Amino acid sequence: MTARTGRRAAALAAAGAVLAGAAACSAPSGGDGNGKGTDSLVVGIAQEPDTLSPLLGYGKDGNSKIFDGLLRHDAAMKLQPALARELPEVSDDGKTYTYTLRDGVRFSDGKPFTAADVVFTYETILDSKTNNPSRGELDALKSVTAKGKDTVVFTLKYPYAAFAERTVLPIASRAVAGKQDINTGAYNTKPIGTGPYTLTNWSKGEKLTFQANPRYWGGEPEVKKFTMAVIKDDDVRATRLRTGDLDGAILPPNLARTFGRDSGKKTLNAKTNDFRGVTLPTENKVTGDKAIRRALDIAVNRTAMVDKILDGAGQAAYGPVPTDSPWFAKGTERPYDLDAARKILDDAGWKPGKNGVRVKDGQQAGFTLFYPSGDKLRQEHALAFASDAKQAGIKVTVNSASWEIIEPAMKHDAVLAGGGNPADPDFDLYNLLHSSLAGDGFNNMARYANKAVDQQLEQARRTNTGSERKAAYDTVQKELRDDPGYVFLTHVDHVYVMNDSWKNVTTQVEPHDHGLGAGPWWNVEDWQRKK
Amino acid sequence: MARLTGRRLLAAVPVLAAVTFGVFAVAAASPFDPVRQYAGTAGLTASQQTLDQLRDNLGVGGSFAGRWWRWLTAALTGDLGDSASLRQPVAQVIAERIGWSVLLCAVAFTVAVLLGTLLGVAAARRQGGLLDRCVTSVAYALEAAPPFWLGLLAIWLFALHLGVLPAGGLSDTGSDTVTAGSLIEHLTLPAAVLALSQLPWFVLYVRQGVGDALHEDPVRGARSRGLSERTVLLGHALRSGLLPVLTLIGSRVPELITGALLVETVFSWPGIASATVQAATATDFPLLAALTVLATLAVLAGNLLADLLYGLADPRVALEEM
Repeated sequence: MTARTGRRAAALAAAGAVLAGAAACSAPSGGDGNGKGTDSLVVGIAQEPDTLSPLLGYGKDGNSKIFDGLLRHDAAMKLQPALARELPEVSDDGKTYTYTLRDGVRFSDGKPFTAADVVFTYETILDSKTNNPSRGELDALKSVTAKGKDTVVFTLKYPYAAFAERTVLPIASRAVAGKQDINTGAYNTKPIGTGPYTLTNWSKGEKLTFQANPRYWGGEPEVKKFTMAVIKDDDVRATRLRTGDLDGAILPPNLARTFGRDSGKKTLNAKTNDFRGVTLPTENKVTGDKAIRRALDIAVNRTAMVDKILDGAGQAAYGPVPTDSPWFAKGTERPYDLDAARKILDDAGWKPGKNGVRVKDGQQAGFTLFYPSGDKLRQEHALAFASDAKQAGIKVTVNSASWEIIEPAMKHDAVLAGGGNPADPDFDLYNLLHSSLAGDGFNNMARYANKAVDQQLEQARRTNTGSERKAAYDTVQKELRDDPGYVFLTHVDHVYVMNDSWKNVTTQVEPHDHGLGAGPWWNVEDWQRKK
Repeated sequence: MARLTGRRLLAAVPVLAAVTFGVFAVAAASPFDPVRQYAGTAGLTASQQTLDQLRDNLGVGGSFAGRWWRWLTAALTGDLGDSASLRQPVAQVIAERIGWSVLLCAVAFTVAVLLGTLLGVAAARRQGGLLDRCVTSVAYALEAAPPFWLGLLAIWLFALHLGVLPAGGLSDTGSDTVTAGSLIEHLTLPAAVLALSQLPWFVLYVRQGVGDALHEDPVRGARSRGLSERTVLLGHALRSGLLPVLTLIGSRVPELITGALLVETVFSWPGIASATVQAATATDFPLLAALTVLATLAVLAGNLLADLLYGLADPRVALEEM
């Protein structure tokens, strides 16, 4: 090969490479290029889902736009029928739940929805080969069977009054998902459901776009086009909301306040069960002491935390159940009382030592409190807690680390924990407090053990009568007041800013976990544009 | 030429094996737990039994050497495995994204080479002149500027302040189709920033090479034969002055990859870089290993390309001795 032909070959190769690169990128084109119309909505979210397959945990708390569950929550978090025709029939022993299915429902690919899809969904999630990290939520479920095309029977291992709350989880299509690798198949990114919207595109790291499902059994939504832009940075999200790029977004309270005077926008504070609290490990000599626990519980100034850390967007927490919940045990509020805290410690023999830190039998009243690094909200809670504890003579050393480091330390060191699920008090209380779950993964991190609490938690699961359950949970909350295993600090509001151009915009009580279904757009399918 | 290519390909085998082994070793030594990363927030309420089952299913138990060997033998049969962090087969992750990265890099690199050569020649023509002083000082300043900083600056100026170009993504936020027009609009800023970060090396090398060539005997001879200044500059000086640039093209490939990594992240460009970042933070072994192989291949190919181009441009170079 001569130098000249070689040069030409090289040039051709280079040109070819560029063309091949360009050709590989020729994504389908068409459309008007700009989807902004009167029937479209673009919102900014902070976290991207890992998967859109309900079999791997997507939408397990309800409100998934692409899917429906057997049941769903209304604005007041009451259960309503969705794919089921009515609420389930529960057997007297509380171990059998029977659902009759709605007629004529079709998946977005046109295939009919039947009982087989329900059985497939639950059985796949229960299968140990399915990588669903939330499988434990269906722990009570023994088997699920179809009776004909329109009846499904769930049989439980033990009576579980909160089980119906678990059946809001979305139903997948057996015809499509059943033919694929559940863990990595295309269903993860190209889901087929019965819901009000179908997914038109998911550009990972950028956005998810949805289109109204014209065949939706609940009627075609008026917002035809729905886009969720994934914008991790709070400031960028606020900027893009301001430039009109977004119609709504979740924002931290301080940034949301900057939209206060904007007449075209409104701010919505969603009440939540999302708590922040400090675990008090029973195996630590200091935090395991009942006097220390009770003193810390009343030495923290929760009101100040709500005002200073949350900018008022939140409320004081005395347990996992928020004070405005119907399940809250009235009278268990503990006002900030530093003098009473000091007196409890004095009476228990914790005497003031050097540097103001109390000492008992040579043991300093001090412990370490971890928070996950990078979480600014938990950091501020941790520092406020430490400074309040210091007033009472207890030295809290605040430390940040990744969960990999915190997990092995949880047994002896305190952690600034968060969590919360509003659907049923059992979900939070049982996992946080039952002694059988002490140190089981991230359940009962404090290794709390209280016989009366255990007994009441089980009692509440067995009974289906609202008043009996309420009495049981009241007892649990009173026990928690007298023997705190955690110091609950606040319930954090989730704050959203929206263009004020739709009717029916509301929020639900939200969980800790921000799924795609949380936010004012939880019922976007019911919105109408203001004329 | 074929022998050089063949020899390099043979040498690539142990290099790739060593590099992927290193990836598995480093990932195993990191404090991050793939199971915790996979489970995400759901892992914070999961029972120990669920977490153990996940660890089993994901195949992340055992020694890293064993995991590496399993991955390697599967990869040789064409099975790149499944990405845990993206819940997709690795081959699919790469296929969906690599085109956008290649497009970004190709456009940026072409602009950098062409513009760099142009500015370099212009500066070399009159060394010490006003144009030369401007071009070289800007080039030195750019050399020191990190690409992500340039990216943020570009967003601030063009997207926020002037409002003429979009700040990120592949298409408009409310749209899910990629049209040629919106693609060009969205490609402009990231490609310009990436090109700008590569530009100074080409400018300075061309300026130096052409400047030196202008003082060499062949050029002086050509001038004395009365050839036009244009012929002298482009035909003689540029040709020998470009030699070092050809080697530079190959050796800039690693810098181009790291530059693209930062630029893609800043502009939320859905290329392979954002997947790399995710794979690394989630200790997603199969994805991380495959991406490392790709990057290593790109670097090796860049070096080979540089050598081949050098041989083609200068017949005195014996490729067989490389």
